Amino acid sequence: MRETTPREDLVRGIWRENPVLIQMLGLCPALAVTNTVANSLAMGIATFFVLCGSSVLVSLLKKAIPHEVRISTYILIIATFVTVADMTLEAVVPTIHKALGAFIALIVVNCMILGRQEAFASKRPVSRALIDAVGTGLGFTIALFLMGAVREILGSGTFLGASLFGPRFEPWVVFVLPAGGFLTLGFLLLGLSWWERRKRDRAEAA
Amino acid sequence: MENLLWILLSAMVVNNFTLALFLGLCPFMGVSARVGTALRMGMANVFVLTITSLCAWFLNSFVLPHAPYLRLISFIVVIASLVQIVEMVIKKVSPTLFRQLGIFLPLITTNCAILGLAIFQTNRGYDLLEGLFFALGAGLGLTLALVLMASIRETTELADVPDLAKGTALVLIVAGSLSLAFMGFAGLLST
Repeated sequence: MRETTPREDLVRGIWRENPVLIQMLGLCPALAVTNTVANSLAMGIATFFVLCGSSVLVSLLKKAIPHEVRISTYILIIATFVTVADMTLEAVVPTIHKALGAFIALIVVNCMILGRQEAFASKRPVSRALIDAVGTGLGFTIALFLMGAVREILGSGTFLGASLFGPRFEPWVVFVLPAGGFLTLGFLLLGLSWWERRKRDRAEAA
Repeated sequence: MENLLWILLSAMVVNNFTLALFLGLCPFMGVSARVGTALRMGMANVFVLTITSLCAWFLNSFVLPHAPYLRLISFIVVIASLVQIVEMVIKKVSPTLFRQLGIFLPLITTNCAILGLAIFQTNRGYDLLEGLFFALGAGLGLTLALVLMASIRETTELADVPDLAKGTALVLIVAGSLSLAFMGFAGLLST
C-alpha cells in the first residue's frame, strides 16, 4: 500500500473518496433523514462523533484485538459510541432525536464506519486514524447537508426552518417524501458525473 | 387476526422497508441485477428476519428490562452470532440450500433492515405473534422491491440510456419512481 501524507488522508474523504457521493456507503441514513437541513446536520454530526471515537479506540487497541474476531470487536466498539450518541441527543435535542428515530441506532450498521475501521484505523497510528476519521466524517456531513438543503428548499421552500420564497411558493412535496430522497441523490450523481466528464474533456482538449 | 394482517400488509407495501424506510439499500443496489439472485436474496432475508424477530422478542421480554442501556449492543451481538449459527446449521442439514443462499447469508448480518426490524419491533411494543407477522411482511416487502428492481434493471440493460446516467444514478432514479408508485399504497390502509 502506498504511504499517504496526513493532508491526503484528510482531504481524501471529503472529496475524491466521498463516502456517500463516490463510494455509495452509508446510503440508508443519507436518504432516510435528509428531508430537512436540521435533521441532516444532526445525523452528520452524530455519525462524525461515532466515526472519530471508534477510529481512535480501534487504532489504540489494534494490537490487543485478535485478528479472527476483529469485525465483531469493531461492531461492539461502534455500538458503544452509538449508544452514547443516542442518549446524548435524546437529552440535548429531544425533538430532533424523535425525528431521526431508529436511524440513530442504525448508525451501528453504517458500512462506512466499519469500512474505515477495517481499511484504515486498524493499521495506522492513532493520530492518522483520527485525521482520516475527521475527513471521512466531514465528507459524510457535507453530502448529507447537500441532500438536506436540496430537499428542504424544493420540498418545503424553507432553509433551516426559515421561509425563503414567501407564502406564494407552492412546495414540491415529493422531495420531502421517500421518493424524493432517491431522486435527489440520483440527480446529484448525474450532475457529478457530468462535471467530472466536462473536466476530463477540457483536460484532453488542452 | 385483523390486526395481524394489518401489520403484515403495512410492513410489506405501505411502509415497504426499502422503498419507504430506506432499510436494506446495500443489497437493493448490489444484488438487484438479476431476477434469480434477487429472489434468493429476498428469501434469505425473510428467513433471517423471522428468526431475528424471535430473538428480539426474547431479549425484550427477559433480558433488557434489567439493562435497557444494553439494547443496541445486545441486539447486534445476538443477530451476528445467530446468523453464524444458522449458517452452520443449514450447511449441515441442507447443503443444497446452503449453496443456493451462498454469500448472501453472511452478508445479511450487516444489513440494516435486520437491526431496523428489531428496533422497530421494540419501539412499537409488538408481542411474539405480531412480531413474527411484522418480520414476514418486512421480508416479503424486501423481496418484492428487490425482484421489481431486478426486472426493471434487466430491461434497462437493453435500453439506450445516456452514458452519463449509466450505473448508480439510473438505479437511484428508477428506485425513486418505484418509491413513488408504492406511495399509492398509502391509501390502502388508514392508520
